Amino acid sequence: MSVAININHALKAYGKNVIISDLNLNIKDGEFFTLLGPSGCGKTTLLRMIAGFNTIEGGDFYFNDKKINDLDPSKRNIGMVFQNYAIFPHLSVRENVEFGLKNRAFDKKNIGPMADKFLKLIQIYDLKDRMPEQLSGGQQQRVALARALVIMPDVLLMDEPLSNLDAKLRLEMRQAIRNIQREVGITTVYVTHDQEEAMAISDRIAVMKSGEIQQIGRPQDIYHRPANEFVANFIGRTNMVLADCNKNEVSFLGHKIKIKNLDYNGKVRVSIRPEEFIITDDKNAIKAVIKDTIFLGLNTHFFMELPNKQIVEIIKESMINSNNESDKEIYLTINIDKVNVFTEDGTKNLVIANEK
Amino acid sequence: MKNKLKVNLWSSSTLGFIILYSIFLIVPLILLLSDSFIDSNTGQLTLANFQRFFGKKYYYSTLYNSFKVTVLVTFIAVALGTVLAYFFARFKIRGAKTLRILIILSSMSAPFVGAYSWILLLGRNGIITRFFGNLLGITMPDIYGFRGILLVLSLQLYPLIFLYVSGAFSNVDNSLLEASENLGCSGVKRFYKVIIPLILPTVLAGALLVFMRCFSDFGTPMLIGEGYRTFPITIYDAYMSELGGNNGFAASIAIIAIIVTLVIFLVQKRISEKHSFTMNSINKIRPKKIYGIQNVLVHLYSYILITLSIAPQVYVIYTSFKKVNGTVFTSGYSLESYVMAFSRMGSAIRNTIVIPLVSLFFVLVFAIFIAYLVVRRRSKITAIIDSVSMVPYIVPGIVVGIALANAFSNPPIVLTGSMTIMVIALIIRRLPYTIRSSVATLRLIPITVEEAARSLGASNFKTFWKITIPMMSAGIIAGAILSWITMISELSSAILLYTGKTRTLTVEVYTQVLRGNYGVAAALATILAVLTTLSLVIFNKFNKGRDLSL
Repeated sequence: MSVAININHALKAYGKNVIISDLNLNIKDGEFFTLLGPSGCGKTTLLRMIAGFNTIEGGDFYFNDKKINDLDPSKRNIGMVFQNYAIFPHLSVRENVEFGLKNRAFDKKNIGPMADKFLKLIQIYDLKDRMPEQLSGGQQQRVALARALVIMPDVLLMDEPLSNLDAKLRLEMRQAIRNIQREVGITTVYVTHDQEEAMAISDRIAVMKSGEIQQIGRPQDIYHRPANEFVANFIGRTNMVLADCNKNEVSFLGHKIKIKNLDYNGKVRVSIRPEEFIITDDKNAIKAVIKDTIFLGLNTHFFMELPNKQIVEIIKESMINSNNESDKEIYLTINIDKVNVFTEDGTKNLVIANEK
Repeated sequence: MKNKLKVNLWSSSTLGFIILYSIFLIVPLILLLSDSFIDSNTGQLTLANFQRFFGKKYYYSTLYNSFKVTVLVTFIAVALGTVLAYFFARFKIRGAKTLRILIILSSMSAPFVGAYSWILLLGRNGIITRFFGNLLGITMPDIYGFRGILLVLSLQLYPLIFLYVSGAFSNVDNSLLEASENLGCSGVKRFYKVIIPLILPTVLAGALLVFMRCFSDFGTPMLIGEGYRTFPITIYDAYMSELGGNNGFAASIAIIAIIVTLVIFLVQKRISEKHSFTMNSINKIRPKKIYGIQNVLVHLYSYILITLSIAPQVYVIYTSFKKVNGTVFTSGYSLESYVMAFSRMGSAIRNTIVIPLVSLFFVLVFAIFIAYLVVRRRSKITAIIDSVSMVPYIVPGIVVGIALANAFSNPPIVLTGSMTIMVIALIIRRLPYTIRSSVATLRLIPITVEEAARSLGASNFKTFWKITIPMMSAGIIAGAILSWITMISELSSAILLYTGKTRTLTVEVYTQVLRGNYGVAAALATILAVLTTLSLVIFNKFNKGRDLSL
C-alpha cells in the first residue's frame, strides 16, 4: 500500500552548517515526484532524511498520518534504489531480490513465487542465478529496482539511479522505470540533476537550490512558467533581456510588446527561450547579426548579436539549403504567449503572479 | 526497546575494547614507564637508569650500532626492492610468477633462520668458506658482526619493499607514463620525475615497516652479530640479568626504544602526509618484452638477488636431511634429525599450531569489530581506540614481551609462564596490521550497500552479519593467513615469555641453533618452512591474484 508523504518545516544541519533550513513538501499518494537541482542543493540529503539514513534536526516527516522521524530505516517500509545500485556482491540475483522478503514476517513458501513475479516484471528472470559481477550496469539497475519493489514498500526512493548508465541505456531505463511505477502505482520520490530526465519521468517536480524549494509543479508548468530566473535557466535554456515595463507593455531595443496577465511598472528582465524567437522578413522587427551556428541534426543553434551587443541563442529546425553564414543580418520577432517577465532581481515571475 | 539493545552491542564492544586495551597494553606500558623512572627501593623519582645507559659506552654504543644497521638496511632494502618491483612491473621476466612466490617465501621465514643458514654457508666452518679456503686458498670475508647483520637483514627485508611497491605500480595508470613520454620525458628521467614521485608514499610506508622490523630484530644480531651488540640484545640481556629483581634498567632501555620508534613513526607520517594522494588505474602498466643487453642485465639482477635471498632457506632444508654425528653434519643422508625433532619437540610443534591459532581467532574478531567501529561508528571514543590500537605497531616485540612479563608476574593477574600470555603477546603484536587491512577493506565497501540492507528491513546487527562481514571476507581471510604466517615465526616477544611447556618451533629452532644442534634445528626450521609454504599456497587461493599487503 502506498502512502502520501508530508514534510513540515524540515531542518537538516551538520553542526552549525545548515543544509536545509525550513522545507515543506506534500507528495501525493501514488505520485511520481522528482527532486531536481544542481549538485549540493540538498536533494539527496532530503531523500536520505525520508529514508532514515540522515538524521532529522527539526520538523516533522509523515507517511500518511504516521510520524516517521524516529523510526528506524528498517521499519519504514521503503524501497530504495541507489546511484551505485548497492547490489550485494556476494549474493545471486535471486538472493538479492529475496533478501528483503526474508527480513519480513513473510510466509516462507511465498518468497519464491513473489521474487519470481518481480523478476519477470522487471525482465531479469533469465538472469536470476547469476552473480552481480556478471551483470551489466543496466541489468544491475534492474536488480536494484526489483529488490526495492518486491517488498511491497509504501514508498519507492530513487537516488540518481540512471546517472551511471550510458546515454542510450539511460533513455531505455527511464521509460522502464516510468512504466513499472505506473503499473505498481507506488508513491515514488526520485532525485536527479538532469532536467530532461526529470521532465520525462515525473508527475510533479520540485526544483531545489541551496536547500530551498524554488518551485513545485508539473513539468509543463515549470518549463513554461518558471517561478524565477534560476528555474528558467535550470530547466531548459533561455535568453534574458533587460527591458522597461509599463503596465502590460514591455519595451526593449526600441521595440514594444504587449503581454497578457502583466501589470507592473519599472525595470524587468524578459526571458525568451531560444525556440520562441522567430526569424522574419519584416524589417521593422528586431535586427540581429548571426555570429555563430551549431548544427545538431534536427535543430541548428544560432548565436546572434542584438543591437545592444548582447548575444542571444536561437534554435531553429535545420533546413536542407540554408545560407545562414556568419555576419548575415536577419530580423527577429517573438512568440509573445510564451515569454516570461521577471522582476529586475530575477526572484519573481510577474506573469504567473497575475495569472493566478 | 529492541533498538536500544542493538545500540548496546556497539557501545558495549567499544567499552570492552577500552577495558582490554587498558589491561593488556596501557597498564603494562605505564608500569614499564614507572619502573624506569622510579627507584624500587626508595620509591623516589630517579634518572639513575637512564644515566647508567647513557653513561657507559658499552650501553649507548648499541643504540648507535642499531641505528647504523637499521638506516643502512632500510636504504639497501628500498633500493633493491624498488628496482626489482620496477623490473617486474615494466619488463617481461622469465618465470616471473615462480620468482614472485620465492620472494614472498624468503621474506616469510624468521630472520634468524637466514642468519643461521648464512653461518652454515659463509661462517668460519661454512661450506663455501671451506671450499674456497681448502681448494683455492682464498680467505672469504668475515660474515660475523656488522656485515653479516647487514647482509641477512637486507636480503630478508627487501621483499617487503618489493611487495609494497609492486602494489603501488599496479595502481599507476599506464597513460600517466604515456603522457609523460608524450610531453618529452622518458627513460631514466621519467623514472625520477614521474615514477618515483608516484610511488613515493608507498615506498615511505614500506621503509617504515622495514625500519621497525630491522630496529627491533633480535634473533639475527644475536646469532651472527657476535661482538656487534644491537639495542634489542641489550634489552634482552638487561632483562635476563635482572630477572626476579627490579626491572628498572631493562624498562628504561625499553622506554628509549619506544621513543626512538615513535619519533621515526611521526617523522614518516609527517613526510608521507605531504606526499599522499590517491590513484586509480584503468589501464594497468603491462610488462613489455625487452631485448639485448638490457634484457640480460634485468634478468641477471633479478635472478641473482632472488637466488641469494632464497639460498639460506634451501640450504637449511638440505641440511635437515643430512646425517648427523652428535652435533656435526657428516656425509650421507638420513631422517635422523626429523626423528629427533619429532620425539623431543612434539610439544613445540603443537604449540606452534595452537598458540597462533587461538591468537588468530581473537585477532580476527577484534579486528573486524574495531574496523567496523572505527569506520562506521565514528566518534571521539572510537577514534581513541583507533589510535591506541596502532601503539603496538611502534613498540618492538621484545618490549611487548618485557612489558607483559613485568605486568603479569605479580598479583592481581599472574600470567607468566602460561600459554595465555603468549597468546596475548601475539594478539597485541598482530592486531594493528589486521585492523589496518580490515579498515582498508571496509572503506572500499560503499555504505549504500549496508543502507540497502537496512531499507530492506534488516536490523543493524543482521546487516553487519549478513552483508558487511561476507563482503569483507575475502580481505579478512587473506589478512588472516598473513597474520598466521607472521605469528608462527614470531621470536622477539616469545623469547621472553616462553617456558618449557609453551616453547614454539621458532623459539626451539633458535635454542637448538644456540646449543649447536644444527641437525634438529634444520629439521624444525624445515617443518616451519613447510607450514609457511602451505599457508602461502592457501593464501594465494583466497587472494586470487590480488596484491599481498602486510
